[in-house]
Amino acid sequence: MASALLPSPVALIIGASSGIGEALARRLAQTGYRVALVARRLDRLEQLAAALNAEAGPDRARAYAHDVTHYAEAPGLFRKILAEMGRLDVVVYNAGVLVPVGPDEFDFEKDRQMLDVNVLGALAWLNPAAALFERQRSGHIVGVSSVAGDRGRVGAPAYNASKAALSTYLEALRNRLTRRGVHVLTVKPGFVKTDMLRASARTFWVITPEQAARDIVNALRARRQTIYTPARWGLLMFIIRHIPSFLFRRLKF
Amino acid sequence: MTELLPLDRLAALDNFGHSIKTVSYLYRPTQVEEIAALFRLAERHGLTIALRGAGRSYGDAALNAGQIVLDIRRMNRILDWDPATGVICVEPGVTLQQIWQYTLEDGYWPPVVSGTMYPTLGGALGMNIHGKNNWKAGTLGEHVLEFTAWLPNGEHVTCTPEQNADLFYALIGGAGLLGVFTSITLRLKRIHSGNVRVHAWATPNLGVMLRDLDQFKADFDYIVGWVDGTHRNGRGQIHGADYLHADEDPHPARTLSLDYQILPDTFFGVVPKSMMWLGMQFFMNNPGTWLINTAKYLYSATVEHRKQYLQSLVAFNFLLDYVPNWERSYGRGGLIQYQSFLPLATAPDAYLEMLRLAQKRGLPTYLGVTKRHRPDKFLLTHAVDGYSLAMDFKVTGGQERAGNRPRLQALANDLNQIVLDAGGRFYFAKDSTLTPEVTARYLGEDTLRRLRALKRRCDPHSLLQTDLYRRLLRAQLEGVEPAPALTPAALPAR
Repeated sequence: MASALLPSPVALIIGASSGIGEALARRLAQTGYRVALVARRLDRLEQLAAALNAEAGPDRARAYAHDVTHYAEAPGLFRKILAEMGRLDVVVYNAGVLVPVGPDEFDFEKDRQMLDVNVLGALAWLNPAAALFERQRSGHIVGVSSVAGDRGRVGAPAYNASKAALSTYLEALRNRLTRRGVHVLTVKPGFVKTDMLRASARTFWVITPEQAARDIVNALRARRQTIYTPARWGLLMFIIRHIPSFLFRRLKF
Repeated sequence: MTELLPLDRLAALDNFGHSIKTVSYLYRPTQVEEIAALFRLAERHGLTIALRGAGRSYGDAALNAGQIVLDIRRMNRILDWDPATGVICVEPGVTLQQIWQYTLEDGYWPPVVSGTMYPTLGGALGMNIHGKNNWKAGTLGEHVLEFTAWLPNGEHVTCTPEQNADLFYALIGGAGLLGVFTSITLRLKRIHSGNVRVHAWATPNLGVMLRDLDQFKADFDYIVGWVDGTHRNGRGQIHGADYLHADEDPHPARTLSLDYQILPDTFFGVVPKSMMWLGMQFFMNNPGTWLINTAKYLYSATVEHRKQYLQSLVAFNFLLDYVPNWERSYGRGGLIQYQSFLPLATAPDAYLEMLRLAQKRGLPTYLGVTKRHRPDKFLLTHAVDGYSLAMDFKVTGGQERAGNRPRLQALANDLNQIVLDAGGRFYFAKDSTLTPEVTARYLGEDTLRRLRALKRRCDPHSLLQTDLYRRLLRAQLEGVEPAPALTPAALPAR
């Protein structure tokens, strides 16, 4: 701890070993945050932490191995991270999976995996974050949802449902916590060049994780409620959200 | 892991100046058994415990971010009071206010008080506070006859200046890092009136002020200087005050009553004081402070100059309570205080240099206070045979916006160097800007060695920690040599 006076905000990123989470960790570390990195792959996390500590200064990043489907471990690890980092200012839930399902496939196991990671893991981590921030009367909760949560489509019913659940949960958190000085940001990325992209068949408007991270940090500063990244998805999804069901159910995408 | 710490224990805690904001698990025990249980809880969870009284430390001495804070304020019983001898025995959560209100009508006043009456006695002794009578009455610890303390090693010790003297002189002023006071026996000061006779005079510069503080100290029971931090030469005003003798107050029963010792709740009879901090906000900037300080100095140099008047003990001593929530007038970023203690010989030049350096950086002190001090025997003593200068600085920004914080820290680093070069000391109750290196230099290797040995003996698992401890002391107490093995055999012999 360098000084009691100097700002030293802390961000906790769940799902930090690659993709948007990794890019966000780099960007926040560069702008003065200390970062707590949580993901399953400890080797990748430790590499990232070492790189950030080398770039941005000592004790800038710490790595914590955790599988978000082991919900029971989350409350304890959350307390451990709070104690070790001393404080939390931003909590980002970025863990997410998209398990491809065929057009005629109805597989409970695949669907459960997505709900586990995308929804239950988020509740396990963001509930204690909300409790902390409510007491602290400050803080940012960031949930990385998806444009896929805006409508239920033929290609990915459970993925759509999981992201819709996350978006709705975040909205409710926002309504609970805004009056306590807490900011809740819902991030709805389109196609981002990450491991997950390989699961998508047709892609367009693909951005890098770094571009997504830049949009997220800007939205944090501006205390935006919901952002699409890239922003043009906002317009597209506005249209798609308003397509009436009798048309929408005849569409192929 | 066993049970989880409940998140609904989390509480937002900050420093007196509201410039350092933390969240901790807050526990408020009422008896010793609960303290012991809490230490076992902390150990099970691999967490540490900070002791906190009324939270009147200006820095991070009573904070433990993300971990456990033990608030002693519910241990607030007055255990014994003997008006014949003036000896009082209290639990550590008893405040200075509770004490004077309890004993005033019997003709007793705490021998040493801070500028606010709200600190707990446990907190005040943990910091070993001084008052405006330090050169004469010493620190609060010098009036303690005996205390009992619970140590994290499980011992419950009784300490006096003779019995367990090493612990007596280390726990008092030990910043709550060695043990928890469980009872404190203190000798109070016999007084014969609820008034003090106050003399006020203006001083055209800092040199004259320090000379006067020294020269006239023998004439007074209390003496304190106010410095205009916006003025190049540090002009200001001195207030000296005396207790009245037995025959000097025609109505002692009246002035020694609680009804007499009340701070007025309006300013000029109209403005409610509870609202005053709101209006003061508009002056808490460089031009505003210049205006207020200039007006105050001109008033003190004309209307008030060489004036003598009677003032109640409460009004004279508890200046900080005069405007409720004054510290909120500094705005959202709050304030810090930078206080240093310098020997007689080096103080005049060094303090003037410090005052001017702050002005040059565009960070003039908004409130400067000087006092005269004397050394004492406590291990982590802050006092010297010389003077102190306390400088209040407005802080802007916070965790997500730097504000003036980096500039303030840079200024503090340079001030630290001036203080060290002048042979000065610092005070943990006020600090938020020291570094481990500066701390080591002013404390000295011998003090650190003794503190290290005591920490190992009293708190072998280092359960008592604060943000200040980790910021300034931990590396030197636990890091220089490897931490001792956690077995009784590895403990130093008692």
